[in-house]
This record gives sequence, structure tokens and C-alpha cells, in this order.
Amino acid sequence: MSTVQTSMPVRTSAEEEVSSWSRLRTNRNFVALWFMMPAGAFLILFLAYPLGLGVWMSFTDARIGRSGAFIGLENYEWLWDDAIFWLSVFNTVLYTVVASAIKFAIGLYLALLLNRNMPFKAFIRSIVLIPFIVPTVLSAIAFWWIYDSQFSIISWSLTRLGLISHNIDFLGDPNSARASVIVANIWRGVPFVAITLLAGLQTVSPSLYEAATLDGATSWQRFRYITYPLLTPIIAVVMTFSVLFTFTDFQLIWALTRGGPVNATHLMATLSYQRGIISGRLGEGAAIATAMIPFLLVAIAISWFGMQRRKWQQGGNND
Amino acid sequence: MTDFVTDRRSLLKGGATLLAAAATMSSEELLGYAKAWAQTSPWKPEAGAKINMLRWKRFVEAEDVAFMKIVDAFQKANNVTISVSNEAYDDVQPKASVAANTGQGLDMVWGLYSLPFLFPTKCTDMTDVADHLAKVGGGWTPSGEAYGKLNGKWIGIPVAATGGLVNYRISAMEKAGHKTFPKDLAGFADLVKAMNKNGTPGGMAIGHASGDANGWLHWALWAHGGNLIDKNNKVIINSPETAKALEYVKGLYENFTPGTASWNDSNNNKAFLADQLYLTVNGISIYVAAKKDAPKIAEDMNHAHLPPGVDGKIRELHLGFPILVYNFTKFPQTCKAFTAFLLEPAQFNPWIEAAQGYLSHFLKAYDANPIWTADPKNTPYRDVAATAMTPAGLAQMSEGAAAAIADFVVVDMFANYCTGREDLKTAMATAERSTKRIFR
Repeated sequence: MSTVQTSMPVRTSAEEEVSSWSRLRTNRNFVALWFMMPAGAFLILFLAYPLGLGVWMSFTDARIGRSGAFIGLENYEWLWDDAIFWLSVFNTVLYTVVASAIKFAIGLYLALLLNRNMPFKAFIRSIVLIPFIVPTVLSAIAFWWIYDSQFSIISWSLTRLGLISHNIDFLGDPNSARASVIVANIWRGVPFVAITLLAGLQTVSPSLYEAATLDGATSWQRFRYITYPLLTPIIAVVMTFSVLFTFTDFQLIWALTRGGPVNATHLMATLSYQRGIISGRLGEGAAIATAMIPFLLVAIAISWFGMQRRKWQQGGNND
Repeated sequence: MTDFVTDRRSLLKGGATLLAAAATMSSEELLGYAKAWAQTSPWKPEAGAKINMLRWKRFVEAEDVAFMKIVDAFQKANNVTISVSNEAYDDVQPKASVAANTGQGLDMVWGLYSLPFLFPTKCTDMTDVADHLAKVGGGWTPSGEAYGKLNGKWIGIPVAATGGLVNYRISAMEKAGHKTFPKDLAGFADLVKAMNKNGTPGGMAIGHASGDANGWLHWALWAHGGNLIDKNNKVIINSPETAKALEYVKGLYENFTPGTASWNDSNNNKAFLADQLYLTVNGISIYVAAKKDAPKIAEDMNHAHLPPGVDGKIRELHLGFPILVYNFTKFPQTCKAFTAFLLEPAQFNPWIEAAQGYLSHFLKAYDANPIWTADPKNTPYRDVAATAMTPAGLAQMSEGAAAAIADFVVVDMFANYCTGREDLKTAMATAERSTKRIFR
């Protein structure tokens, strides 16, 4: 940014001090540093510091109200042998993979549909966003009623239709509980994927489709060789966020099942809260939360990797 | 309970008069009383004190109204401010814990269960208040002391408890071949089985329901002689007695209405009031709601203590409501004075009546409150303190016991076995391992 003179006239020391200060003062990098300070301080204070504190806490036996002593990896050693912890890891991965994959499929399909010309386009697009706008806890309570073991509307309707003889135990059986919370998460997460992909689709120039149509491309070929490559960077970003949101989901599970039945729907986030805050063992709770970091780093790495491949945007090959 | 039927009419009459007398204390009278009380109180509130108090959100509206009247009178008489914030059951503890950890935000908390024992080092010594209350309230029950005292020092004042007792439909019980409520474990199991066969099933939460599931499953464990820890905090959950309790509960679970593994604290209330459930363990709230909205159910239901264990003694776990004062408050005298004022007979009697049996006392003198006999169906809830144990069981209440119950160690053990996720030995071993870790 600043130009540095290669040869300078010899000066006296007093002169040099004054001028180096004035040079610093006018240095754009130096000024920029000050402008970045608020943002930097904000990040350090509210993101880096709590994260560091959490990681540090996972190496202590802190309880609520007591700071605790350093105990090294003891919390992690305990978790390594803890069946409930591994169950929560399995649940989290299952929940994330299944929910994200289905959210992507439905979201992409919806985006392609919404990208077409149709009457009341704006209205329909805004309706799609509703599940995303409703506060999670509210939608969780709605699902809680839908899944209720006695008063479920699904069970009620099916019974009235004569299809089942007794109520479905949505949240009482481990596997159906898992499926139920995944469905609730998908319902909530689809709009985010759909609307963001729709935004991506709008940036694709119609002339490309025109040219392809003239060349006799089928609709699948148009999707495969035009839409998909141009959409890939957006997909990378959307899916990263979708995976992050799903992996760290808490409210839905907490409102629906509290991690039950028999811990079948405990995610790492809910288990961490139960052990750390409810049961008062901050150290162990922090260790569970810290154990989520490697998974999240992988997700972020994939996105970073995806976003670097700018060539995709030009439709070129990857190298 | 049924013994009271003969003279129910006269009891109702007498009770109603007393109730009316207590409830008629107007705000002015209450204020006058509060002023007089402040003169003689051993705790002198700090001038201009401002207190932030967090309490559990009321279940019975009249209780909250009565409580706020007490707060109001205390504020005016002592020229202090008490801001009361209400939180749902499940949110009280996290907020209280955060306040304890950060040392700010709240001065006192009226919480649930064994809250003071989660962070005993942050609680003000309330021994003087407890001693004063013992004098005016006829002494503490042993369970009251167990809930308030740690190593001889009171770290909280157990204000009241919600009794977790059996709620049953009389007609369904009689149809199942029991004229009176069973008095032993075998009879109770038989009742549950027969009711299920008749298509009028019972059901108790076996999911992460902090009040209901913890309550009855601890009873089942203790009734069979099982314990999480012995009196020296040694872990003894892996035992033949626990195995018997597990088998017993599995027998009950198989005869419950489906879905109890997912129930939280409100499922059984809803199902009972909708004629879908005929026996459960709960506070008196179902009955209170039924009297208002479903008189037929109210007429046909009654309450009973869970049957005694193999040694003939009833041990139950009820939902306690202790008040704690943080040791970082700037106004300890005000907090103490308010706690004492709240439990003073002139306040406490109308308050406990307003709660309509939902809240049972730990101070012996309040056995005489007319609410317990005005309706014989309330009477079992009078004796909640007499059968109450702390989650620590044989041991003294402690941080570890509070952590174990918050982590659902016992509930998960039963649920793991009943739902077939783990076999008997693994279920006990898992619970043993978790408990050992907590008590290391």
C-alpha cells in the first residue's frame, strides 16, 4: 500500500523520530489496524475467549460454583469408556448425516420448482420460509403434540381411518424417536437450504440454458452440466451451514425428548448441557462440548476447500 | 383415606369456616401484621435493599396470588424492594447455577429438589432462620432437616414439597378386584396388571421427567432395599436388591399404557384428565384441575401413598422447594427476614391453603391446617414430609447425590432395563460406573 523510498537522505536522529511517527501516522496499514480493532476485540472477547475457556474447563474438574483443579485428560479418558457418550456421538452423526442429506435433496428440489415462472411467485416463496421463521421452541412444541403418545393427531387420524388399532409410540421407542426428531429437524431446515439455493439459481444466466437447448440438451443434461456446476460453490456454503446447524442442534431435542427414551436421542450438545449445567459437572460438560470441535472443523474444512475451487464457477474442470 | 368418609360432612363444614377466616385477612391487616413482625424480627433488613428473587413458576394460580400478597406486605413494612421473577421448573436450576457461578444477578432463589446442594459453598448459612422457624412452626420433620442441612449447617430452607403420590380412579380399581388401595408391593403390582387387562391402564413416567420419573423409581428402588449409595457415600447400586427392584418395575412397565418411556412431567396429567389413564403418580394438580373442569373424574378419583417396601416402611421421593440465599448477596438480612416471614404461620397457613394441597409443609405445626382435612382426598398429601427421603437415600444429602439425580442415573438404569436396551447386569453396572464417577 504505502510506497517506500529506496534511498533516503541522511538525517539527524531528532528529525528521524518525528518523521517515523508521521510516517506511521499516515501509514494506511496502521490506520486500518485501528479500524479493525473493534471487530477484532469483539471476536476475541465473545468468541475466542469463551471457546478457550471452554477448552480449558474440559481439563479441570470444575463444578458449578467452584473453579476446579487441573486434571489433564481425565475427563476425556472417562468419556472414552462412557457408553452414553459414544451413543450420543453416534446419534449426533446419524442425525446430522440423515437430516442434512434429506434437507439437501428436498431443498434442491424445492429450489428448482420455485425457480420456475408461476403465478404468485413471491407469495409462494415467502410461504416456504415459514418453518424457518417460527421460533424453534414453538415448532418443537407443535411437534411434541403431533408425536404425543396419547393425543397424536397422526395416530388419531390413522385410527379413525381404521389403519392402526393402537396409538403409535413416536417418542417412546428408541428408533422411532430418532426418526421423529430427524423429521422435525428436516421440516425446520428445508427452507434455509431451498431459499439459499434458489438465490444461487437466480444468478445462472438464462442464455446458457438457451444455448444448451439449441444444442439439443435434455433437461437432465441442462441440470447436470449447467445448473449443478454453477451451483456448486453455493451448495458448499449452504451444506456447511446446514451441517453445522444440525450438528449443534439443541432446542428441538431438548423440547421434544430431553435426550430420551433411554438416551436414544441424546446429541452431544444436549448431553453436554445435561452433564455440565443440569448436573453441575462443568468440566465433563465442557469436555463433551470440546469433543464436538474436531467434527465441526472437518465440516468447515470441506467448505473452505469447496469455496477455494473458484474454477467451478466458470464451469471448468477441477484440478 | 376412606376412613374419613363417615364424618366428611362435618369436616368439610369445619374446614370451610377456618379457611374463610384465614383467607379474609385483608391487605391492610396483613400490612399491619407485617409491620408488627418487623419490629420483633431478629433480622433487620438493610435500608433500601433491592432483592432479585427467582422462583419456580406457579402451578396453582391462587398460590401465586397469595405469595405476591406476602411479598407486597413485606416490602411495604420494611421499605425494601423484592423483584420476583418466575421461571418454568426446568429453567430455574440452570439460571440459579449460572448466578452461583458468576456471583451476580440474583440474591435468592426458591428452587426445586436439592438445589442448594449443587453449590453449597455459595449458600448463606441459614441456621438462625431454621432455628427460629422450628420454634414457631412446631419443629422440623426429619425429612425437612435432611433437605436443608449439610454438615450441621442449614444451607437452604425447605419451604414445601409437592407430594408424588398415587392418583387412581376408584371405579377402575374396584373393577380390577381391589376394594381398597393395596398395602403391599405384590398387591400394587397385581392392581396395575389387572387394570391393564380391563383396558383401564395406569402409567408412570420412565423418561427424563425430573419430578415424576425420579419420584416413583426411587421409591421402587428403596422399597426393595436397594440404594444408590450407603451412608458413607459408598456406591452400592449393583446389588441383588436393586435387581429385584428392576424386575418389579419391569413387571409394572409392561402393564403400563404405551409411551411412558417418552413421558415428561406433564404427559400423565393430560392423559388422566382425558380418561386415557387410570392410575399414575403425581401431585394433587390432577385432582385440582379435575374439580374445576371434569367433576366426574374428580368424584371417581382418590390418592394414596405408594405401598411400603419389603421392610414395611414407606419411603418416597417428593419434589421439594427449598429457598437459598447466595453468600454474595449485599442484603443477607433482608433475604433471611423474608424467608422467615414467609414461613410464619400468619402467612404460611393462607398460602398453603391457596395451593389447595399441591404444596405440603416440612414444619410439623402445619399438619393442623384445615386444607388437609377439609376434603379427605387431600389428606394423604398432609403426610408427605413423613414419608419423604432425599435423593441421597441412606446418606446425607450432598453435591454428589444432587448431581446423580440431575443426571438421571437411577431413571436411566430402570429405563435401560425395562425397554430392553440393556440386560439386568449391564443396567446396574452402567449406573454403578456413573455413580462412582460422581462420588469419586
